[in-house]
Amino acid sequence: MSSGGTLSILRSDSYAELSQYRDQHFRGTRYDQERLLRKSCTLYVGNLSFYTTEEQIHELFGKSGDIKKVIMGLDKVKKTACGFCFVEYYARGDAENAMRYINGTRLDDRIIRTDWDAGFKEGRQYGRGRSGGQVGCHTAWDFKGMVTLPNFFVLKEHRIISEIAA
Amino acid sequence: MSGQPHKRRRTSEPSEIEERLESLICRVGEKSNSSLESNLEGLAGVLEADLPNYKSKILRILCTVARLLPEKLTVYTTLVGLLNARNYNFGGEFVEAMIRQLKECLKVNMYNEAVHLVRFLSDLVNCHVIAAPSMVAMFENFVSVTQEEDVPQVRCDWYMFAFLSSLPWVGKELYEKKDAEMDRLLSQTESYLKRRQKIHVPMLQVWTADKPHPQEEYLDCLWSQIQKLKKDRWQERHILRPYLAFDSVLCEALQHNLPPFTPPPHTEDSVYPMPRVIFRMFDYTDDPEGPVMPGSHSVERFVIEENLHCIIKSHWKERKTCAAQLLSYPGNNKIPLNYHIVEVIFAELFQLPSPPHIEVMYTTLLIELCKLQPGSLPQVRSSTETKKRLKRLNAFAKSHCILSFDRSDCLTQDLEKPKPKFVREVLEKCMRLSYHQRIIDIVPASFSVLSPANPVCIYKYGDESNRSLPGYTVALCLTIAIKNKASNDEIFSILKDVPNPNQDDDDGEGFTFNPLKIEVFVQTLLHLAAKSFSHSFSALAKFHEVFKTLAESDEGKLHVLRVVYEVWKNHPQMIAVLVDKMIRTQIVDCAAVANWIFSSELAHDFTRFYIWEILHSTIRKMNKHVLKIHKELEETKARLARQHKRRDSDDDDDDDDRSTDREDGPLEEQIERLQEKVESAQSEQKNLFLVIFQRFIMLLTEHLVRCETGGIDVFTPWYKSCIERLQQIFLQHHQIIQQYMVTLENLLFTAELDHHILAVFQQFCALQA
Repeated sequence: MSSGGTLSILRSDSYAELSQYRDQHFRGTRYDQERLLRKSCTLYVGNLSFYTTEEQIHELFGKSGDIKKVIMGLDKVKKTACGFCFVEYYARGDAENAMRYINGTRLDDRIIRTDWDAGFKEGRQYGRGRSGGQVGCHTAWDFKGMVTLPNFFVLKEHRIISEIAA
Repeated sequence: MSGQPHKRRRTSEPSEIEERLESLICRVGEKSNSSLESNLEGLAGVLEADLPNYKSKILRILCTVARLLPEKLTVYTTLVGLLNARNYNFGGEFVEAMIRQLKECLKVNMYNEAVHLVRFLSDLVNCHVIAAPSMVAMFENFVSVTQEEDVPQVRCDWYMFAFLSSLPWVGKELYEKKDAEMDRLLSQTESYLKRRQKIHVPMLQVWTADKPHPQEEYLDCLWSQIQKLKKDRWQERHILRPYLAFDSVLCEALQHNLPPFTPPPHTEDSVYPMPRVIFRMFDYTDDPEGPVMPGSHSVERFVIEENLHCIIKSHWKERKTCAAQLLSYPGNNKIPLNYHIVEVIFAELFQLPSPPHIEVMYTTLLIELCKLQPGSLPQVRSSTETKKRLKRLNAFAKSHCILSFDRSDCLTQDLEKPKPKFVREVLEKCMRLSYHQRIIDIVPASFSVLSPANPVCIYKYGDESNRSLPGYTVALCLTIAIKNKASNDEIFSILKDVPNPNQDDDDGEGFTFNPLKIEVFVQTLLHLAAKSFSHSFSALAKFHEVFKTLAESDEGKLHVLRVVYEVWKNHPQMIAVLVDKMIRTQIVDCAAVANWIFSSELAHDFTRFYIWEILHSTIRKMNKHVLKIHKELEETKARLARQHKRRDSDDDDDDDDRSTDREDGPLEEQIERLQEKVESAQSEQKNLFLVIFQRFIMLLTEHLVRCETGGIDVFTPWYKSCIERLQQIFLQHHQIIQQYMVTLENLLFTAELDHHILAVFQQFCALQA
């Protein structure tokens, strides 16, 4: 009798499972997308306040592990924050914990939602709503603290300096 | 699944049956329209019928639930009792399977699960499956482990714990059948507990004072509880015992004798659980309206806590289920369940060295509990010194309006004292989750001295009035150049004009350590990139080459860190993320960060929370780095082994030695390179810890000497904080540090050291002694 077996009720991990959502703009098959989602260390975070900053995201999502990158979502036209972002962790396990314990909690008085993302690609930080904001956001507000990168810091290619990745 | 339809057969696939059996067994005991007794009866009937075909599967499932669902212990012992009554052979096979499982658990250091198995076996005595005398005999073998020589105390502790912690369930029955033997066992227990060492206790206690709730060593507490139980003639009224309803059936059953059980001997690979201190925060004075909380030495308290801990362990991934299961723990109207739940959660959160689960799980669990029981979670009375976890918990919980506590006496005290310090740190954490103005708005004016600083950057070359500062003009130049997308080379040439205050060291050609160059460059760049983390990270990436060059020497690295601090001292969070990035991009190394933290420039902030966040994060990065390279090495070795195997298996031609060497060559080279990398990383890791311990010793010794010569009390708030931080290093990274014990003992924590400092080391050694 092995001492390593488990029970299926104890394996239940519904918060970390894939949702029904699939990105319509994803380049590739459904199967490809799902394969990426199951390996992904990146989360999409929605229902953010337009005032929520990268710093707040970092603090909150840092509770489940070391964050590799936060990319704030922008209104395509106004280039202002529009209520979503991507959080990429170094380790999948840390992203899973975010799905289990940070999804559905409050930030800036709003219940935020997280979901698996197949991986950030340039362009995906822009809202796809008709007016340039997030789908489902009808107004884009003006506010202080934009997060567009001034040109002098944008790299030509996404040069990746070799990092001691955790 | 393939879309091929096939005829539905009348009988399902074996794996489906196994799933169904597992599901039936696991679900028994949950909320149901029928009574537990009738569900158990029904299930016993189903399983009995399935025995001819599925005996081994049923055995496996039952053994697994015994090990993994200890919160439902008595439900399953009753089930086994019923099965044994119907099928004596099955009962015997189950007992044998359990013994095999117990031995295996002990062999692979699964001690926590082994305790559950021992408890299950002992409760089987109550179900007439196991004969009481044979259980007593097993416990006699457990207790005799305390007579073994040259074994770690933690080994004896475990066997003692396994014995004592089963007695709430089976004490009565065993005492009725074998009172003389039990008395002997209990007196042996008492003498062991009297003579065992308790050096480790201070290190594990969360509060430093014993009021209002003493924190007892776990075995001492359990012993007091068992003594009280014995005094109460083993009457225990909390545990739900479904088998009582089946007494007439069960007492007809034939019992089995446990085979003689010899505890497996201690080996070098044995790793026993560390001792614990029982965390208490409530007693009978809390919640005067509701049911009384069982006393700290009542066995009910022990059983409730054990079961609640087990529920969390079973359902930690599913926060809603976990909350629901906790709240539906039986006995709700007889015990102040909400208080127990909160106490157990905090006990885990404060557990040293670290909580069993990730901290954020507990905060979210508390939120779920609040949702299910709004307004009824107890007020947390926190009147003594608290640790960093409560700080983090508080900030997160405050954003969900859970916890509040009385802090009105913070203002009358020196700001370094624990209470005001705690409030300041909490407010700073709250600010990180919201923003500065919000904190200013909600903190009453009288508390404003505790409010965090506005997290703005300090740029020394910003004002015209600073134009007399050396490097001012270069800073202006740099600013313009960077805004015009200058390349790294252009930056280098601008910086060439910066004079070196250490004139003699500059050979004019290369970039030896020039603190002014570093100052001008780093100040200017960080100021330009101050808008957000992303801006700063991009800046680090774009000018990585400049950073690497300027910070090539150890002094360079240290100075970069100093400048970062000068610029961002109002924004600790920014400092933390910048240091993290700089380590990851190898601009600075871990040892530089350690030295910087202990440097005199940071002395003012030394006891602040964010400093320790940074240090522990640095250590963790180092540890993960070592693990990663090690993993790479193992994987490459495995690839080589597979390659050999493949070659051996289709090796029917004559070997062409040269070609096989050629195949092996690159992999072997890789392995050699990785081996070197691993060794160098491990050496860097060890060096990091040595630096940290060394600096601690220097700092603490300085303080102790100063106090001694000045005749002042050693125990200042700073000192207490510093000693605790040292303890924290030991505890949080105990597994790695264990590797360095010999070096630490011979090099750093020697007998000449002041006894205050040495005590910390000795307490740490005692944890696995």
